[in-house]
Amino acid sequence: MDAVITVLLAAAAASGLTTVLAALLLLAERVLVNYGTCTIDINRGDKQLEVTGGESLLATLMGEGIFVPSACGGRGTCAYCKLTVLDGGQTLTPTEEPLLTPEEIADDVRISCQVKVRSDIAVLIPEELFRVKQYRGRVERIRDLTHDIKELRIALVEPEEIQFTPGQYIQLMAPAYGSNPEPVYRAYSMSNPPSDNRAVETIIRLVPGGICTTWVFTTLAEGDEVFFTGPYGDFSLSDSDAEMIWIAGGSGMAPFWSIVRHMKEQGIRRKCTYFFGAVHRPDLFLLDEMRRLEEELDWFTFVPALSGQGESADDGCRTGLITEVVDRDLETGSQAEAYLCGSPGMIDAAVKVLRAKGITEDRTFYDKFA
Amino acid sequence: MIAQAATNATPSLHLLLVLLSAALTENILLTRFLGMCPFLSVSKEFRSAFGMGLAVLFVVTCTCLLNYALYTGVLVPLSHYGVPAESLKLILFIVVIAAFVQLMEMVIERISIRLYFALGIFLPLITVNCAILGASLFMVTNVTGKGYGAARVLLYGFGTGLGWFIAIMLMAGIRRRLRTAKVPPGLEGPGITLIVTGIMAMAFVIFQGMIKI
Repeated sequence: MDAVITVLLAAAAASGLTTVLAALLLLAERVLVNYGTCTIDINRGDKQLEVTGGESLLATLMGEGIFVPSACGGRGTCAYCKLTVLDGGQTLTPTEEPLLTPEEIADDVRISCQVKVRSDIAVLIPEELFRVKQYRGRVERIRDLTHDIKELRIALVEPEEIQFTPGQYIQLMAPAYGSNPEPVYRAYSMSNPPSDNRAVETIIRLVPGGICTTWVFTTLAEGDEVFFTGPYGDFSLSDSDAEMIWIAGGSGMAPFWSIVRHMKEQGIRRKCTYFFGAVHRPDLFLLDEMRRLEEELDWFTFVPALSGQGESADDGCRTGLITEVVDRDLETGSQAEAYLCGSPGMIDAAVKVLRAKGITEDRTFYDKFA
Repeated sequence: MIAQAATNATPSLHLLLVLLSAALTENILLTRFLGMCPFLSVSKEFRSAFGMGLAVLFVVTCTCLLNYALYTGVLVPLSHYGVPAESLKLILFIVVIAAFVQLMEMVIERISIRLYFALGIFLPLITVNCAILGASLFMVTNVTGKGYGAARVLLYGFGTGLGWFIAIMLMAGIRRRLRTAKVPPGLEGPGITLIVTGIMAMAFVIFQGMIKI
């Protein structure tokens, strides 16, 4: 009995002390690690945020709805969250140094997940980041375009409007369902013009075994609630007046469908030839819409091509691989700009043709996902 | 002679001897071989050795005092009431050390960012430095109950930390020299470091026990 009491008393003494120390530490944290309210000045007075200090700059900004990109989640390894900190960033931390070049350090570029907001701080944030938000929407329409391509139209619920440049993409969230244990995000280009800003349209091709595309094709129904973030990406029209060649296949139509309608609305008249590749006739879609645009717009030419066996060239369709068609049509030494959207294989083949025709890297633009 | 001097000494001389004993003749690293892990790894760079040494010095001094207060103020009285508190000292000392280091991190971050970045990475490492726990435990057996109370403990703690600091600075200097020396291939790094530590220890161990406090 004595032994038991001894053990219990010992345990009580040990726990007692540990509890006292833990309480002391919590109190100390409340008092010491309290940085009060700090002001974040963005883009030299453009915007001011009042925040509670003590967290990393990255976490603080994300808490305020500014989605600074981060791949490693604030661990200080990916360096995606670089921002210029003009003031209040204090000394460069040892964890940031290996991730920055000397020029960047001289320019006050910091790794924002390693900078702690301890006082008023002034940062420069690129405009594009302001527009990335999380959106809640409702599926307004799912339309079959071909046997394996659907057009998805999502009406925005909250926020109600989206601002984007044609050619950008969203990250659509496929929730946990069936055999998919947790949500995943997949990127899809927006196919509606920016003027249609209360909804988002995408063109999705079913990928065998693909988590998100299978969900869209089998489970998703009109009226369902969906979530996505965006807009992302820098695939868009250049500032110049140069002639353009567009090359796409399958769901690569999406950004161009957005861009061409935008150009029509805005009266942007740049000579444009759109090469669209498919295998068989049933794989072509939006043909009527494209033909109509060709009639209405004197600067726009649509060139579909079918690479499948046994396809004949009639009603405006060409035969052969899209890259072969481009090769035939494009003059060597062309001063055109090339915009590519499609699978990596198609892009690589297209690039070869383009280089052979003299279209250089600085005049080639890619939409980087298949 | 030194042993006699210690017992018959005036308070200040006695306390000085406590300091010297802790730092030199009973050097916690080179005679008792505690705190070797950070010693081996951090002694590579001079600047980090300096930072680590100072951090250990500070933490050992403070935690020795804190643990002394805990021991004499809480544990010993409790054990008179039947609570076997004294036998818990190992666990409780380490808990106090961990809490103290956490607190220090918060305080340093608030007071001086520069110091925080210079020392900050070392502070969590210090918790697992066994020399710190060792100092507290030796303090209980060797130092308490022999008069002079807290002053003795303070100097003992400070001396221990100073001894560790001296050891790591010596090693850092030697390793600097070793960079340009011809070390046999298999011994590079920890191998030669341990050999050098052994040789250094020989010099210190010889004097162990000279000062009986």
